[in-house]
Amino acid sequence: MMRYAVGIDLGSTTTKAVILDADSEEPFVLGRGITNSRSNYDVACAVALGDALVDARFGMIAAALERAGVDAEARRVALDELTLRFREQQYRRQLAELDRVVRELATEAGDELRQTELAAVDELMTSLLNQVDALFTKDAQRKSDFFRDIAGSQYMHKAEALTRGGGCASRDDGPRFDTLVGLYDKAILAVENTDTSGTDFEDCILDAVVGPQRSLPALGAAVSEVIATRLEKLANVGTGYGRARLPFADTQIRSEILCHGLGAFTMFPGTRTVLDIGGQDTKAIQVDDSGIVTSFQMNDRCAAGCGRYLGYIADEMNLGLHELGPLANQAKRRVRVNSTCTVFAGAELRERLSLGEKREDILAGLHRGITLRAMSLLARSGGVKNEFTFTGGVANNEAAVKALRQLISESYGEVTMNISPSSIYTGALGAAIFATRSLKQEVPAA
Amino acid sequence: MSTTEDPRAVAKDASQERQKRMIADHFSRLARSEERGEKCVYTFVPGNLTELLLAFDVAPVLPEINALQSGMRGLSKDYIALAEKEGHSEDVCTYVKCDIGMLRSGNIGPTGERLPDPDLLLLSYTGCFTFLKWFELLKQEYDCPVTMLHVPYQADGRITDEMRKYVVDQLRDKIIPALEQMTGKAYDEDRLRELLARSARAEDDLVAVLESAKHKPSPIDAYFGGVYYIGPIFTAFRGTQEAVDYYRVLREEVEERIRLGKGPIIPSGELEQEKYRLVVEGPPNWTNFRQFWEMFTDEGAVVVASTYTKVGGVYDDGFRHDPERPLESLAEYCLGCYTNLNLPSRVEKLANYVRDYEADGFLINSVKSCNSFSAGQLMMLREVETRTGVPGGFIESDLVDPRYFSAANIKNRLESYFQMIEQKRARGVTR
Repeated sequence: MMRYAVGIDLGSTTTKAVILDADSEEPFVLGRGITNSRSNYDVACAVALGDALVDARFGMIAAALERAGVDAEARRVALDELTLRFREQQYRRQLAELDRVVRELATEAGDELRQTELAAVDELMTSLLNQVDALFTKDAQRKSDFFRDIAGSQYMHKAEALTRGGGCASRDDGPRFDTLVGLYDKAILAVENTDTSGTDFEDCILDAVVGPQRSLPALGAAVSEVIATRLEKLANVGTGYGRARLPFADTQIRSEILCHGLGAFTMFPGTRTVLDIGGQDTKAIQVDDSGIVTSFQMNDRCAAGCGRYLGYIADEMNLGLHELGPLANQAKRRVRVNSTCTVFAGAELRERLSLGEKREDILAGLHRGITLRAMSLLARSGGVKNEFTFTGGVANNEAAVKALRQLISESYGEVTMNISPSSIYTGALGAAIFATRSLKQEVPAA
Repeated sequence: MSTTEDPRAVAKDASQERQKRMIADHFSRLARSEERGEKCVYTFVPGNLTELLLAFDVAPVLPEINALQSGMRGLSKDYIALAEKEGHSEDVCTYVKCDIGMLRSGNIGPTGERLPDPDLLLLSYTGCFTFLKWFELLKQEYDCPVTMLHVPYQADGRITDEMRKYVVDQLRDKIIPALEQMTGKAYDEDRLRELLARSARAEDDLVAVLESAKHKPSPIDAYFGGVYYIGPIFTAFRGTQEAVDYYRVLREEVEERIRLGKGPIIPSGELEQEKYRLVVEGPPNWTNFRQFWEMFTDEGAVVVASTYTKVGGVYDDGFRHDPERPLESLAEYCLGCYTNLNLPSRVEKLANYVRDYEADGFLINSVKSCNSFSAGQLMMLREVETRTGVPGGFIESDLVDPRYFSAANIKNRLESYFQMIEQKRARGVTR
C-alpha cells in the first residue's frame, strides 16, 4: 500500500495535482498530473489527480522493473513505449465517448440537421478514428497533451475541408461548418465533464501492456504488481483560482500565493523572490528563509502579459503556444510593441505584420513587453532578491525567460534564476506540502 | 441581566438611530433652505469650516459626501456614465464624475430631496488638487462666487507660525468678508467661540471612541464602522449640540461594549472572534461597502485604526478646536488634516498606529483615481513594514465606480493576506 497526500491547483487554464509520499519525512513527489480546467471543477480535480496517480504508478512500475533486475536502458525503452500505448488507450476511450455523444446529439437534433450533415458527422468521426495510429507513433508531434485540443483541432480541420465550397451559408443543402462545430462544442463539454478517472488506469494499462511486454516479459509482472498495490489518500489541500469551489473543506484550502511561495521554496530552498506567471495571474512573491510569504503583489484589473495573453497571440499567429518562445528567440531585432492590452496587442500585431515586420521580431518585442509588466509587479512587491525562482506555465517559454533574465540583471544585478522543468506544478506542490503538514499536526485517527 | 432583551442592542440602536435621524434632518433642512431664505455653501470635508459657517447660519453641502452616499445607494454608476458622456475621462476622480452626474440628474440628494444651489463655493484647499478642478466645474454650473482658502502643505511635517498666520489672515480678510457679504450678517466671534467649545467636547468623545480599539478585543471597527462614527463630525454637525450628544451616547455604548468584552458591531450582528487586528490606509469602496466589509469580518479581521477616519480632522495627536483661539485653531485644524500631511508624517502615523493598537498587519486600499491618497502608497507600505515588522498588504478598488470593484480579485488578495499573517504568526510554533 502506498499512502499519499495530494495538492491540487485549480487554475484558470489548467488544473494540476501533485501527490507526495505521506510517510516520507522530506517532501517526496510520487506523481504529477495535469488537465485542462473545465466547467465542472470536481471533474477537473479528479482528472488531474487521476493523472498524477497514473504518473505515480508508472514510477512504481519503473521501480518494480529495477527490482526485477532489468537494466536502465531497457527500462527506459519499455516505459516510453508503455507510456505511449497507455496514452493511446486513454485517447481511444475518450474518442469513443466523443463519437457516442456527437452521434447522439446529431440524432437528437432531428430535422435541424441536413442529410449532408449527418453524413458529414459520420465521415468526421471516422476520420478522427483513422488518425489515432499516427498520433501515437514514437516520433509523432502532438501540439498539446489534452484530448480537447488534439481531437478538437483534427475535428475542425476536417470540418473545414468538408464544408469548403458549401461554406456556412445556407444557400445550398451542403453541410454547414457552424453546425458541425456546434456539435463538437456541445459534445466535448459532456465528454470532459464526465469523470472516468476511477476506472481508467487498470483498463488502459492492461490493453497498453500487451505490445511492450512481448519484448520485455518482466513488464507484465510489474504492471500486475502495481495494479494490485492500493493507493490511499490521507490528506488533500486545494489552491488556485477555483479553490473556493473545490470539493474540500475550508481548512483544506490555501491561498495560491502561499502555495506558490512554499512550492518554489521547496524546489529551490535558496529562493527569496518568486515570480509566477499563470493563465490569468501574475504574482510576485517574497519569501523568508522558511518559505513563509512576507509580501506579494498581483496584477489587478488587467491580465495582459499572462498565459492567456500568449495563447491569444499564438492563435492570432496560427501557432501552437509552445512554438512562440522558440520563434521569438530567432529574432534578429526587436519590434517595439506598445499595447499593454491583450486585445489591442492583437491589433498591433496585425498592423506590424502588414507593415512587413517579421513574426519573430514582433514576438521578441511582445515577450519583452509582458516581461516589463512582470518587472513592475516585482518592484512593487519589494524587488528581486537572490535566489529568484520563476514558475507557472510562462516559465516554460524560453523567450520570456530570456527577456526576464536580461531585465533582472539590468535592474538588480546578477541573481541566480531557478526554473524547474515542472514549474507549472509549483502551486500544487506547495498545496501538497500543506497537506502533509496537516497530517503531522493531527493526532492519527487509527 | 434579562435574557430576552439585550440592553446593548437598544443602546447600539440609540446611537445609530440618532445618527441616521440627524443626517436625514440635515438633508430635509437643505431641501427647504431656498424657500426659507437660508443660505448654503458647497465645501469639502477636509478642512471644512463648519463652525464658521454655522456662526453665520449657513448650511454646508459636501459634494464628496453626496457622491459616497450615491455610491452606497447604487446610483453612482449611472451618474458616472452621464459625466463620461459629457466628456469626463475615465481617469477623473469618480467622486467628481458622480457629483456632476447627480447635478445633471436634478441634484437629488441621498434622501430623495433636491439639494439647494450654492450661494457660495468655498474651497478650503488641504492637499487635494482635484478639489480645485471640481469647483472650477461647479463654477460653470452655478452663478455664484467662489472663494478659496489656501492651506499650505505641511512639507516639512510641522506647522509653523507663518503658516498659521497665513491661514488666519485669509480667514479674516477673505473668507469672513465673503460670508458677511453673502448673508448680510456681521461676524460674531462670541458665537463662533460657543460653537468651537462644543466641537472640542465632541472631539474628546470621538477620540475616546476611536482609541477604544486599543482594547482587545476591539469594541469597534475603526474603518468600516469608523465611517459611521465620523459621519456627523465630518459633515454638518461639528460645533452643534446634536454632535455633542451623539458622541456622548456613542462613547457610552462603546465603553459598555468594552466592559462586556464585546467585539464590534458588524453587518451580520457582532464579531465573535477577533483573529486579525489591522491598520488600514486609504478610503473604502462605497459601491460594495457591505460586501467589502464582510470580506474582513468573514475572516475575523477587525480594523483597529485607519487614516481615512482622519481626513476630516486629526484629533488623536491632541489637537482640539479652541474657543480661546478661534481663528488660530480653525487654521490649525485645516493645516492638520490627514490629506495635508507629507509622506514621512503619514508613514510615522501609520507605524505608530501599528504599534499603539498592537496590529497584526497593515493594509492599503489603493484608489487609482484618488491622487491625494494614492501617491506614495507603495513607498509607505514598504516603510511601515520595515519599521514595524508586520506584514503589509495591498489591494485596489475605487471610491464610487462599481466597475473597479473586482470582488474575486480583492477577496483573493485578502484571503492570501490573512493566511500570510496567520503563517507568520504560527512561525516558531509549528516550524
